[in-house]
Amino acid sequence: MELPLVLLVGLLTAVATWLMLSRNLIRLLLGFAVLGNAVNLAIFVAGRLTRDAPPLVPLDAETLSGAFANPLPQALVLTAIVIGFGLLAFALVLAWVAYERLGTIRTDAMRIAEPPEEKA
Amino acid sequence: MAGWLAALVLIVPILAAGATTLAHGKPRLQAMLSVGGALILLALSVALLAVVLAQGMVVLQAGNWAAPFGITLAVDTLGAVMTVIAAVTAAACLAFSLGEIGEREQRAWFHPLMHVLMLGVCGAFVTGDLFNLYVWFEVMLIASFGLMAVGGTKAQIDGAVKYVALNLVATLMFLLAVAVIYGLTGTLNFADIARSVPSVANTGVLTAAATLLMAAFGMKAAVFPLFFWLPAAYHTPLVSVSAVFAGLLTKVGVYALIRAFTLLFPHDPGWTHTLLLWIAGLTMVTGVLGAAAQSEMRRILSWHIISQIGYMVMGLALATPLALVGSVFYLVHHIIVKANLFLIAGVAARLAGSMDLKRIGGLYRSAPWLGVLFFIPAFSLAGFPPLSGFWAKLVLVRAALEIGSWGIAAAALVTGLLTIFSMTKIWGEAFWKPHPEGDAAARPLAEAPATMLGPIAALAAGTVAIGLFAQPLYVVAERAARELLDPAAYVAAVLGTGR
Repeated sequence: MELPLVLLVGLLTAVATWLMLSRNLIRLLLGFAVLGNAVNLAIFVAGRLTRDAPPLVPLDAETLSGAFANPLPQALVLTAIVIGFGLLAFALVLAWVAYERLGTIRTDAMRIAEPPEEKA
Repeated sequence: MAGWLAALVLIVPILAAGATTLAHGKPRLQAMLSVGGALILLALSVALLAVVLAQGMVVLQAGNWAAPFGITLAVDTLGAVMTVIAAVTAAACLAFSLGEIGEREQRAWFHPLMHVLMLGVCGAFVTGDLFNLYVWFEVMLIASFGLMAVGGTKAQIDGAVKYVALNLVATLMFLLAVAVIYGLTGTLNFADIARSVPSVANTGVLTAAATLLMAAFGMKAAVFPLFFWLPAAYHTPLVSVSAVFAGLLTKVGVYALIRAFTLLFPHDPGWTHTLLLWIAGLTMVTGVLGAAAQSEMRRILSWHIISQIGYMVMGLALATPLALVGSVFYLVHHIIVKANLFLIAGVAARLAGSMDLKRIGGLYRSAPWLGVLFFIPAFSLAGFPPLSGFWAKLVLVRAALEIGSWGIAAAALVTGLLTIFSMTKIWGEAFWKPHPEGDAAARPLAEAPATMLGPIAALAAGTVAIGLFAQPLYVVAERAARELLDPAAYVAAVLGTGR
């Protein structure tokens, strides 16, 4: 099960890199969202996968025994998803405000905070 | 009991953020709560430092879950010193903001965001857990995004877009490094990682993860070649915001670098520390050369942040006891000086009408005392004796010479020289030359509110005090460096083994 997920992480990273190289701000943010998912999957895989064995203590026992799924990566991924969602939401609003105020979402047209260009 | 102090430096900013949010409709009350919160944080962080100096590391296992299973707060001397200096910066900048921000900015949640920012900064300094550090970084980041855009001008939006975009990438790199490190060591607790690293068989992947972490922290710290977001953004927000950013945010990145490459990954110094040394040298030189080409006060100062980060990384890269003393000393000195220079630039722009050096002048004639206040941090930055920057540079250069690193010592000295060039440029343009619109265009110092000048004078006094009485800070820095070079003691204090 690890191998397909690893390949998927690679594929998502490649897609995200391609998107983030774009000069279009929205594409850049989509790339961020995709890359975020790739990293979350990487955390998930890094915690090792155990199928069909939820980490639940049986009624008649005090501790877990045998093979069980690692519950920690899910907690980490959940945290990362929430944080990623918050950041993406802010970034999208910022992109919208930038479009309203600056009239563009092309990153190379955003030069207001830069020093004036030298006359060639 | 002492452990609670480590939690209190987090609880106070949360409470302050909450209180200032509730007082949103009452500007005066909100400002009082905000400054009051910062002062309480300052008192608590000083108490924390006193406890750490008296009793050694303060460790708190959150919820009484024994390490490495719960979240650990672990404060050593470096963490405590950084918390104090962060609280000093926050108090000074919040006091300054009383004179700067109007109702519009205050309505844009300036005060709550500042305290959330401080929560993230303090959290990063006291945590003993890698994933927890990631969370604090995000808290800090989201607050800084909000602060960046508080004024809502076109330039601020433009700067914020670049700041946000590049920091988002750094965030994900950090998270990916966390994933790989967790996969290799099976733990996220700093002490537990430090204990597990020597027994990891796959050192190649470990070094790759360490390098990924270096890139993520390096981007936060704005080192060469990852600094481009900084000069694109730091000159746009409110002065009090940019002073806090300039003083603290990049230094949290430096702190994380120091933590990572003394405690977690000292396993392959041939690669990591050599790389850090090159980064340090190139950061210094590019930063200072970038500054030479600018003519806007805050842009010049922004490029100098980058250049100065190089010095701190240099101490880490050399990794001798003396070099680490230099790094810690430099961190403290730099935060005070740099925040102060941004505040002074704010006052200068207020009196003379612009941040652009070409459009201002005559300040020495109209406000000679501002000249004195500028002179102290500016020449401390350049490393003039007897100001604080001189001792910081002296220790670092000496550490480099002791182990025969001639190249980095030369880079450090040349950078110091070029820093003087930039500072004299600001001096000559803003203070010395006549104002292009006539002498009357430069206003006297009395027109700047006392809440602006008070923090500047206090920070300048701090710079002079560190310069004239360097010994106490040096002793503390020495102790911090000794702890950094002895990861075993950190591990023992957190995991409770071997003592």
